[in-house]
Amino acid sequence: MARIGRISWSWDPIQEMERLERDWSDFFSGFGRQSAVKYPPVNIFTGEDNVIITSEIPGVDPEDVDLTVTGDVLTLKGTRRRQELGEGQSWHRRERGYGDFYRTIQLPYNVESSKVEASYSKGILKITLPRAEADKARKISVKTA
Amino acid sequence: MAEVEKSREVKKQKAGGSVATERTRTGRIYMPNVDISEDKDNLTLYADLPGAGDEDVSVTLENDVLTIEAKVSPPVKAGDHRLTYAEYGVGDYFRSFTITEPIDRDRIEARMKDGVLRIVLPKKEEAKPKQIKIQAE
Repeated sequence: MARIGRISWSWDPIQEMERLERDWSDFFSGFGRQSAVKYPPVNIFTGEDNVIITSEIPGVDPEDVDLTVTGDVLTLKGTRRRQELGEGQSWHRRERGYGDFYRTIQLPYNVESSKVEASYSKGILKITLPRAEADKARKISVKTA
Repeated sequence: MAEVEKSREVKKQKAGGSVATERTRTGRIYMPNVDISEDKDNLTLYADLPGAGDEDVSVTLENDVLTIEAKVSPPVKAGDHRLTYAEYGVGDYFRSFTITEPIDRDRIEARMKDGVLRIVLPKKEEAKPKQIKIQAE
């Protein structure tokens, strides 16, 4: 998939990453390599004072999700339960994945673990991780001798 | 954890050739993953629409085409935060299916829970399998 003279008016980081990922997996597909996709997928938003991580995990019971933070590493663990068939039902299609998941995510800085907040709504897990006080950038005034 | 391998299927796919008409809204469109089951009374469809609430989703059955559409707005407002790492894209959802079974339109039920849409399509009486009694002569 060669692109020559690609003109874009607004730069879209996700689109760009998807394109790169696709190009790489196209490149490797000839060698029988499958592009590894981590589950659940996360997006990381970085701000001055905190990091927001969002993850798409539709249909998961928040009780089945386990989050831990140590220093600058977030561990995301949980289960997406299988949709069970009722009496006399059979599947036509099964595309939605299920099973256990486990991920560790390296954060851009140390986090105040006692102030981490997480919410789950519309199938999206949103974790707000405040930057540790000790880790914040400090302005150092230069004294005159 | 052998089941983790399943996760590969969860990768979001762009809605491709199935979008027959152009849309008025710009932005990305994804094809939701679905599970469809059938029993003697109903067809049941589950679709993963993370980021969509019950008011964002529209389900239509026109002739024999079932269409699922959902509008999704970004979960984090751009402002103080910058997207520094991304593994998934955020966008609307679109997918349509041809339903060959006659459906009782008045009794279709759809509901959203935790980003999963569940649609129950009850079959029409005449489409249900009937046991035919063999009579002895």
